[in-house]
Amino acid sequence: MANNRRGLPEINAGSMADIAFLLLIFFLVTTTMDVDTGISRKLPPMPEEEQLEDDSQIKAKNIYVVLINANNQLLVEGELMDISQLKEGAKRFIDNNGLDPNLSDNPQKAIISLQNDRGTEYKTYIRVQNELAAAYNEIRNDISLKKYGKKYTNLSKVKQKEIRKMYPQKISEAEPKNIGGDS
Amino acid sequence: MSRFKKNGKKKIGAISTASLPDIVFMLLFFFMVTTVMRETTLFVSVVTPKATEIKKLEKKSLVSYIYIGEPIKRLQASYGTSSRIQLNDAFATVDEIQEFIAAEREARDEKEIPYMTASIKADESVKMGIVTDVKQELRKANALKINYSTRKGTY
Repeated sequence: MANNRRGLPEINAGSMADIAFLLLIFFLVTTTMDVDTGISRKLPPMPEEEQLEDDSQIKAKNIYVVLINANNQLLVEGELMDISQLKEGAKRFIDNNGLDPNLSDNPQKAIISLQNDRGTEYKTYIRVQNELAAAYNEIRNDISLKKYGKKYTNLSKVKQKEIRKMYPQKISEAEPKNIGGDS
Repeated sequence: MSRFKKNGKKKIGAISTASLPDIVFMLLFFFMVTTVMRETTLFVSVVTPKATEIKKLEKKSLVSYIYIGEPIKRLQASYGTSSRIQLNDAFATVDEIQEFIAAEREARDEKEIPYMTASIKADESVKMGIVTDVKQELRKANALKINYSTRKGTY
């Protein structure tokens, strides 16, 4: 065997780098490094036909009504509000604990009801969702700093669950309907 | 130039490039492993809105993407500029979403179905009407885990 092979010339490996570079550039170009991020939400299941919409059991003061019209304006609890104030408003509502008779009894009962028009811009909708999520996150962060001296995201799973139970994120979206403005 | 050579006390040999292929191969393997090929060609232009309270989407294989936006410039002549939905590699209507979700479920393992997420990649300028329609269809298809795709940023 060895005798037969002796005559074969050695393969030049000098171009190996070139080939590897070629492949490398191909993968560099096709690669997408972007990580998908977003706001996660859970949709409510479709209502059963016999099940009637019954909001009357929930006291009106425990619902924080946020309406967005086709002109991207906010109506919060019957008053026009700028989007930049929404977070503070929501925080005050959630963490009221019966102080103000017009706001929620306690955080467990607090529900944020969000309604939008068909003509609302998606950008505004996401911003509102973001502000509401931010309100909850800030409240959870505050309480976990107070209780455990750590940020909410740094807590263990069990403790996170405990805090989530104290401040459940209840954002309800009504069945779609037109709420004024051109769509 | 020649003066430099004369003055230089030590002669520096040529740098060996023998390990260059190894380095390149290392990089190559890194990119090969991390790469995710683009699966779909976008026919709609999507600039996702900005948000701060974002979460990473995990398990990419369990995510179904729904794109909503204006058709790209090249296709605007034939499709107009009104917002459209894109599923996989084609424009779709709202009614096709249920089929799409069913097909996506078919492709996955039965155990993984509850963890499937529908990611709505909508352009920031689209109207909520079309997004609401999509959400209603998702509810009908019982695909309740959704994710509004956003990028990181503040207003």
